[in-house]
Amino acid sequence: MTTRPLSPHLQIYRPQLTSVLSITHRATGVALSLGTVVLLYWLQAAARGEAAYAAAHGVLSLGAVKVLLVAWSWAFFYHLCNGIRHLFWDAGMGFELGRAYASGYAVLASASALTALVWVYVLTQAGGVA
Amino acid sequence: MAEFTLPKNSKVKAGKTVLAAAGAKRARRVVIYRWDPDSGENPRLDTFEIDLDKCGPMVLDAIIHIKNDLDPTLSFRRSCREGICGSCAMNIDGTNTLACTVATASIKGDVKIYPLPHMPVQKDLVPDLTHFFAQYASIKPWLQTDTAPPDRERLQTKEDRAKIDGLYECILCACCSTSCPSYWWNSERYLGPAVLLQAYRWLVDSRDEATGERLDNLEDPFRLYRCHTIMNCAKTCPKGLNPAKAIAEIKKMMVSRTL
Repeated sequence: MTTRPLSPHLQIYRPQLTSVLSITHRATGVALSLGTVVLLYWLQAAARGEAAYAAAHGVLSLGAVKVLLVAWSWAFFYHLCNGIRHLFWDAGMGFELGRAYASGYAVLASASALTALVWVYVLTQAGGVA
Repeated sequence: MAEFTLPKNSKVKAGKTVLAAAGAKRARRVVIYRWDPDSGENPRLDTFEIDLDKCGPMVLDAIIHIKNDLDPTLSFRRSCREGICGSCAMNIDGTNTLACTVATASIKGDVKIYPLPHMPVQKDLVPDLTHFFAQYASIKPWLQTDTAPPDRERLQTKEDRAKIDGLYECILCACCSTSCPSYWWNSERYLGPAVLLQAYRWLVDSRDEATGERLDNLEDPFRLYRCHTIMNCAKTCPKGLNPAKAIAEIKKMMVSRTL
């Protein structure tokens, strides 16, 4: 007898909101771990003095890096909001399909709104890295 | 371990196409995963164009029509044709469900049918469920008691009886477990949504007296805690049950017994 094949899985299973948000939670977690390195780079530059800080500021002000910073801030807020969603689940709440979908959309909306708020503040008020 | 691609012997190739008889007014294409253990070849996708006027309304009717009239070698499981036996569980249009309870007309485009995902295939749409049922047996799915049997049935209050609503309806079709990515990557050690829902069915039964041992058996990084609340299980369950919630209740029992 030939070896039995494994039936297709990821290749054929239709994605749904809850599964996509679940893998996004993991992906943002990985992205945030990598982002910690950038945060440390910025902090050590600040500690080393004015010249080092100015150099780091130049790197962080590059267009491509700014896009990454926006992505990281969204990842941060998404991971935070979805983490709160997980806390409710840990308490046994919100498992009904309708509620799980509603909380999923709420997490997407709040993460995006918080990211927008922060960047509106940075670009208009703080005048910092931007 | 997570393996995102199929092993070499499992890659799906193109198969044959069987066209409907001329003059079919309501022709519909059904694409079916085929694997013949005797051929030594890789699995393939066969396309059958069927005439909906020649078969019943459900996907199971379409498959039976194909077997009867177009290709008698097509293999699949079926029995009750009314959603209570769980035999015809398969992946239809990207979601696990029972072929007998899905109307062919409810599917847009070609009707794509695969066996339950990430399972060893015996032939065509027939997966090997041996491991799944061995896991079911491992949770001892029967009433366990220490006290002497009473002279009559062990009684329950109406409230206690209501606690197993939404659990006892499970028909063990394996749709939920085989929809779960965690089960795909860790089925050797993770029990999966169906078996955990069944475990909770006995944990919450007021007549059962083995709650402590049952929880001990589940207290394991893999058996229970590989559930990451992806919720494919609850979305796909053809009986409308919620294994994700049952698993969360078990996790709560684990915490509350240590407090």
